[in-house]
Amino acid sequence: MSQINAYRRKFMAALSGIAAGGLASGVILRSVQANDVPAKPVDQPVSNKVRWGMLIDINRLTDGGASMVEACKREHGWGNDPKARPEQQAQWMRTVKVTDKLTKHSFTLPVMCQHCAEPPCVDVCPTGASMKRADGIVQVNKHICIGCRYCMMACPYKARSFVHENLTDQQPHSPRGIGTVESCNLCVHRIDKGQLPACVEAAPNAVIFGDLNDPNSRISQAMKALGGSQIRADLGLNTGVRYLGL
Amino acid sequence: MSSKTIVYSELRASKAYYILLSICFAIAGLGAISFFHLEHEGHYVTGMNNQIVWGLPHVFAIFLIVAASGALNIASIGTVFSKTIYQPLGRLSALLAISLLIGGLAILVLDLGHADRLIIAMTYYNFKSIFAWNIILYNGFLALCILYIWTMQDRKLKAFYPYAGFFAFSWRLILTLGTGSIFGFLVSRAYYNSAVLAPLFIALSFALGLAVFIILLFFTYRLDKRELGDVVLNRLRYLLAIFVAAAMFLELARHLTALYIAQRQGVEQFILLDGGIYTLLFWVGQVLVGGLIPLSLIFCRALKNNHWSLLLASILVIIGGFVQLYVLIVGGQVYPLELFPNAEVQSSFFDGEIHAYAPSIWEWMLGLGGVGLALALFLCGMVALRFLPKSLADSELVAH
Repeated sequence: MSQINAYRRKFMAALSGIAAGGLASGVILRSVQANDVPAKPVDQPVSNKVRWGMLIDINRLTDGGASMVEACKREHGWGNDPKARPEQQAQWMRTVKVTDKLTKHSFTLPVMCQHCAEPPCVDVCPTGASMKRADGIVQVNKHICIGCRYCMMACPYKARSFVHENLTDQQPHSPRGIGTVESCNLCVHRIDKGQLPACVEAAPNAVIFGDLNDPNSRISQAMKALGGSQIRADLGLNTGVRYLGL
Repeated sequence: MSSKTIVYSELRASKAYYILLSICFAIAGLGAISFFHLEHEGHYVTGMNNQIVWGLPHVFAIFLIVAASGALNIASIGTVFSKTIYQPLGRLSALLAISLLIGGLAILVLDLGHADRLIIAMTYYNFKSIFAWNIILYNGFLALCILYIWTMQDRKLKAFYPYAGFFAFSWRLILTLGTGSIFGFLVSRAYYNSAVLAPLFIALSFALGLAVFIILLFFTYRLDKRELGDVVLNRLRYLLAIFVAAAMFLELARHLTALYIAQRQGVEQFILLDGGIYTLLFWVGQVLVGGLIPLSLIFCRALKNNHWSLLLASILVIIGGFVQLYVLIVGGQVYPLELFPNAEVQSSFFDGEIHAYAPSIWEWMLGLGGVGLALALFLCGMVALRFLPKSLADSELVAH
């Protein structure tokens, strides 16, 4: 088992090397492009022709994704709830340091809602508050969330948090409510305006954001050339957030 | 029915009865205070957090719900399996089932982040969710139990009695499958994801429901100075042994299966060997106190016909069952989710760490409040309608 794992790690490392080379040449990954996210006219419904996703190149994240996490905190105003204990604080996104037990190979990556195509949190939600939008964004409808936390039990990525107290001074575009569950919503308010998610903007050289359904999009092209690993791929959830260098 | 006609009567509302009822309501009141506090302040006052998502209130709630479906089993054995000795106990069994279920559901609902949105849970359904199915199953169970009691109490509806009994029995089996599946369907959590949890919950419900029934039957008959013979109690005694053994067997099967799966060895090692309080609770609380000691008490020849040994066995089964649910629900969350197998992980969100959980006074109050509510409803029901046979002396019953 561990031998296979070692081979896998080597293979991954090799793959990362290729990826780093490819990316360094600037052929595929350039800085963020304006046409990655066309704005959605407000009078039109969300379309399932689009599936939003992101590809994060861990090797190009010099800080392991810390600046992405900070950007998310600023955008949505979480992480400093006055009364909650540290283990009760919401964390929509965090950096995780991973060290292989055998090879001791270590890397750090940002982990948030992986926007699964088959999200377990949506399956288990009794009211349908935990929902997947037609364009693949998984989020919580705060109006019908009853706060049962079953989605938190179901999420394999620990991507969801529960709001443990009354909150004030919230971001108008990202309301957070006591007694409801919340998580990364891929900055849905920005996407609908044709802007990139805050975390993507914070790491423009390491992350590509775009439409996974469009074979000609930059993200699809990059994934075709370099791949895109999933965390816990064994669960078969088909995540919208993919990684290079995992 | 048994050869002699069983006469039922209401429980006499004595002074002792009112004292008991007041205590139960007072405990239920503590639960209400806790609810208002949580509703006002938010869940930061509890020991629960973003790692231990479900805590002590859920252990109490699931205990009561599982015991409720098991309590109805006494009536089912009389109706569905035509064991006449159980038939006089049918009414009481259905009343207890209703009471326990309401107590359990009250805890579950009042612990919600938004208990005020209960109407949403009743009007917005995601039919892929086992939780949504459970909402329907619990409400249906209450309705069926009421119908069942009606067919038992009203002579004009006696023709429907077997049908109501059969339907209620089938429904309760599905209900407990549903409760077990709340955990069984959690694919990402190594300690839960297992089909065995569904039958395990059924076996556990038989054991817990019966243990609660035995204790309440015994003390109710003492309270009202009615006669309770060895025949009934001995039947219940051996039935309890079978159910306890069945629950232990399925738990054994669950752990053996998990030990064969490399992915689950970490969590199994945690619960069975290195888990500190959880390992202690598992071996001492669940296996010894909840399983081996009650079985020994039941099968000890010297203690045959000894009511107090049966009572003690029932109390130990209840303690063991509660501990089992605690180890399952809390212990299963204390062990961290594995994002990267065979790797050590570290983060600001406590990834890769064994989580700590210490329930606060508010969680104890809410959980015990549900128990108080269930007992208060049970006591009220027995005074309002004729649930209790006047006598369960050996001479009144013919065993089949």
